[in-house]
Amino acid sequence: MAFNVADYKTSVHNNWCPGCGDFGILNAIQMSLMDMQLDPERVTVFSGVGCSSKTPHYINTYGVHTLHGRVLPFATGGKLANPEMTVLAVGGDGDGLGIGAGHFVATGRLNLDITYIMFNNGVYGLTKGQASPTLHLGQQTKSLPNPNIIHEINPLILALSSGYTFIARGYAYDVAQLKALIRQGIEHPGLSFIDILQPCPTYNNINTRDWFGGADRKGEDGKAMPRVYKLDPNLYDPLISAETTDEEIHQKIAAFFAKATEWGDQIPSGVLLQNLTQSTYEERVIESLPKYKKNPPAKRQIESDNKPVLKINTILDELRVA
Amino acid sequence: MDLKGQSFSWCVGGAQGSGVDSAANLFARACAFGGFHVFGNREYYSNIIGEHSYFEVRISDEPVLGHTSSVDLLTTFDAETPFLHLDQISEGGALLYDASLVDVPLEKLPTIEPRAKQDLAKMFDEHGLPHTLDAIIQLARQRNISLHAIPYEDVLKADDALGQLPFSTLKRMVNTMSVAASFALIGYDFSYFHKALEAIFQSKPKVVEMNAKAAQLAFDYTKKEMGEPTLPQLKPLEVNEPRVYINGNQAVGLGKLAGGCSVQTYYPISPATDESTFLEQHQSFDVEQGDDGSILVLQTGDEIAAICSAIGAALTGARAATSTSSPGFSLMAEGLGWAGINETPVVVTLYQRGGPSTGLPTRSEQADTQFALNIGHGEFPRIVLASGDLEEAFYDAIRIFNYAEKYQTPAIHLLDKALANFGKTFSYFDLSKVEIERGALLKDSQLTAGADFNRFSFQENGISPRSVLGQPGGRTWYSGDEHLEDGHMSEDPINRDRMMEKRAQKLVVALEEIPTEDQYTLHGPSDAETTLVSYGSPKGALLEAIQRLNSSGHAVNYLQARLLSPFPAQAFTEILSKSKLKIGIEANFSGQFSQWVQQHTCVKMEHLVVKYNGRPITVDEVEAAVLNILSGNAPQKVVLRHGI
Ligand SMILES: Cc1ncc(C[n+]2csc(CCOP(=O)(O)OP(=O)(O)O)c2C)c(N)n1
Ligand SMILES: [Mg+2]
Repeated sequence: MAFNVADYKTSVHNNWCPGCGDFGILNAIQMSLMDMQLDPERVTVFSGVGCSSKTPHYINTYGVHTLHGRVLPFATGGKLANPEMTVLAVGGDGDGLGIGAGHFVATGRLNLDITYIMFNNGVYGLTKGQASPTLHLGQQTKSLPNPNIIHEINPLILALSSGYTFIARGYAYDVAQLKALIRQGIEHPGLSFIDILQPCPTYNNINTRDWFGGADRKGEDGKAMPRVYKLDPNLYDPLISAETTDEEIHQKIAAFFAKATEWGDQIPSGVLLQNLTQSTYEERVIESLPKYKKNPPAKRQIESDNKPVLKINTILDELRVA
Repeated sequence: MDLKGQSFSWCVGGAQGSGVDSAANLFARACAFGGFHVFGNREYYSNIIGEHSYFEVRISDEPVLGHTSSVDLLTTFDAETPFLHLDQISEGGALLYDASLVDVPLEKLPTIEPRAKQDLAKMFDEHGLPHTLDAIIQLARQRNISLHAIPYEDVLKADDALGQLPFSTLKRMVNTMSVAASFALIGYDFSYFHKALEAIFQSKPKVVEMNAKAAQLAFDYTKKEMGEPTLPQLKPLEVNEPRVYINGNQAVGLGKLAGGCSVQTYYPISPATDESTFLEQHQSFDVEQGDDGSILVLQTGDEIAAICSAIGAALTGARAATSTSSPGFSLMAEGLGWAGINETPVVVTLYQRGGPSTGLPTRSEQADTQFALNIGHGEFPRIVLASGDLEEAFYDAIRIFNYAEKYQTPAIHLLDKALANFGKTFSYFDLSKVEIERGALLKDSQLTAGADFNRFSFQENGISPRSVLGQPGGRTWYSGDEHLEDGHMSEDPINRDRMMEKRAQKLVVALEEIPTEDQYTLHGPSDAETTLVSYGSPKGALLEAIQRLNSSGHAVNYLQARLLSPFPAQAFTEILSKSKLKIGIEANFSGQFSQWVQQHTCVKMEHLVVKYNGRPITVDEVEAAVLNILSGNAPQKVVLRHGI
């Protein structure tokens, strides 16, 4: 039986603001799940807290709407215990890089097979527009009484140094690209991070849809010159594989930095890095627990006729004193 | 001579990193190999090398319940220990010390706390004694403590072979020698020492050989020099059952393995970490059926992640736990609330330590009692099960998963540093005594793939059938927001009421279903006029104290709470109404558990006996405090202050 896109939608009333960039991201997630024909019951979408973190309620898979900033630890526990499950983690920039920044870094080090999708709108949407960690220094969005005097974080560079092995950037209004990026992220065997530029029509009056689209920058032909552009596969190769030489890796990292720091009139989108040389956490676990995949924690037999199956005497013999 | 139900207490002290633990382990195991029941209490600083640590080992021919304030033999190989522990040596007791250290001045010992130094200096001045270890020796002599000087270095140097080695190497063996000398003093069969040495250093035959040699020298030297024995001479006993010697961390770890815990998360913190290390060491294990047993141990970035990852794992149907101590527990508050509103069976093993803040990182306290009972904002049901001794700790570690799963709510296994580090000999645990009960967890066959499922369906008993993430036919949502039966967010007032009532109902049912023996125990004569009311680690001290009190003509019983939430209020009210004098005993400043009892029963304790210096309550302290209260001269709140 084939799944169609409706199979990934719930009937829950969506209460995001009209015109919110989140809608595009939601559609892209649902479309990529359909593209991949993933059984909705084998997928869990975890989220933190914020406008964007309501996403799981709108997707007809298992959905776990957790705590502000804690999406990655919850998702980690779920994925580790049931590695057969496809696990997506979604949430806002405040969620992931503010209150959850420690987990953002710690989770990167695991390289567990999770796809983390960050709705990056430069503001704390649900609490009415305070500056988020990605709002640039000096900017003053609608809700701010004064310009932002806290420096921004670069999510892509933080992801690289934390150990994410798939790093991409998408744009909420380019659903076709986004759908492909999310699919690649899910297919990537390891931890994927997708930073999605998401205009917040209600509170971010600087990085708006028009601004990303370049409405203020008309070319000679009178057409808007979008700020967001797609990385050219002929000019930028994000892949690090077993064949990549050390020298090439250095070049690729340098190119990554150059692209990751572009902002303003030129904002790159697409896959910035895919590193296939790092072992995944699952693989590392299997080294000491060879049956982990076949017999993961969620599926382990723990009783037989309600009696514990542990042969406790084997361990007690080690500790025996008489 | 055998002990005939009496006990013998031994204590070894020394700088951290100098082998105090190994010495104690050797002593305890050698005694256990010889058929004695052993109880150990380990005390140490939050420090790696240099600060004073000590280990008390109490042995008997009957199971030992707790530890006492005094010791019969103080064994030392440094200068600091005799200074600090002299007062602890019992009448007729003995001190073993390094003869070469008698001239060490008090002022030269940087690790003695300033207050202790001042007190000692004052005492020496009052007695006109020098400020050196010799003063301690003289004071001991005045108290008729039998003194045994052993010049460790000279003994080693006199040996042809060992004498060739540098003293830095030799020094590492003085701990072993002190144990050997102790065995000479109590006339113990030295073959058990060898057995213990081999058991501990199995993989290091060279270490065994050298230590055995050094030990023999110390044993022979002491035998020759000791004169007539003054201490009980201990003959090995027959044992006809296999026994283990384990500590609380190990007991809980074993319980988790037996209970089917398959994910444990943790962030390092004393005194909880050793449990996770034990689990990781035993991550694969033999099982009666099916594939190998295994547990996945995940070290997280902090305790917030530890609780959240454990919850994530629990949502998949794995039995999941995290283990922590007080500061880490503080960080778990929000996560526990999430598990509460999402009816998730997650287990938190809490080893309370001295608080607040970093507090007394390696000392014990029961000062998180109310915190565990109230942790998290908002109101949600929780199971709080408290173990009083290591045996309970083992079985509770299994049962708490049953309760978490049956009542689909977070469950806190309440312990403390004392229990974590107490050691005790046990007969093998009997798993036929326990069951694994998974409550309303649904099998795949009970669900229809593709169909919608209401994880939070309203049920009379409040307990909804539970699917797990990834299960065909169980698809549902979870949210920390108030939610509908399907888990989607809702602020509907009527749904809110029903959900609150549904969740609360689970504890009503739990209290009806949980066996009485897991809820509380009344120890001692049920009609006693005086009742000691307590929970947790003071159990051993209390049991032995009431035995002593009752055999000296008093009538005292002890009501031990095990299930703190839901609280068996009615049973407590009935039991306490029969008692004329109720004394709350616990290791914190304000009598938190007594307050909990009062809150639920309106019964106020006539007296509180509390202790908050971080050292576990001893048998003698309880006995003395109760006698003092019975004499009518005690204040309402009696503070116990024994401790080194
Ligand atoms: C512990 C905690 N602190 C604060 C909040 C309040 N809060 C809710 S959402 C939010 C910020 C959301 O911003 P972001 O993660 O960027 O998501 P967005 O709404 O922009 O999608 C905050 C601070 C909370 N729910 N929990
Ligand atoms: Mg945001």
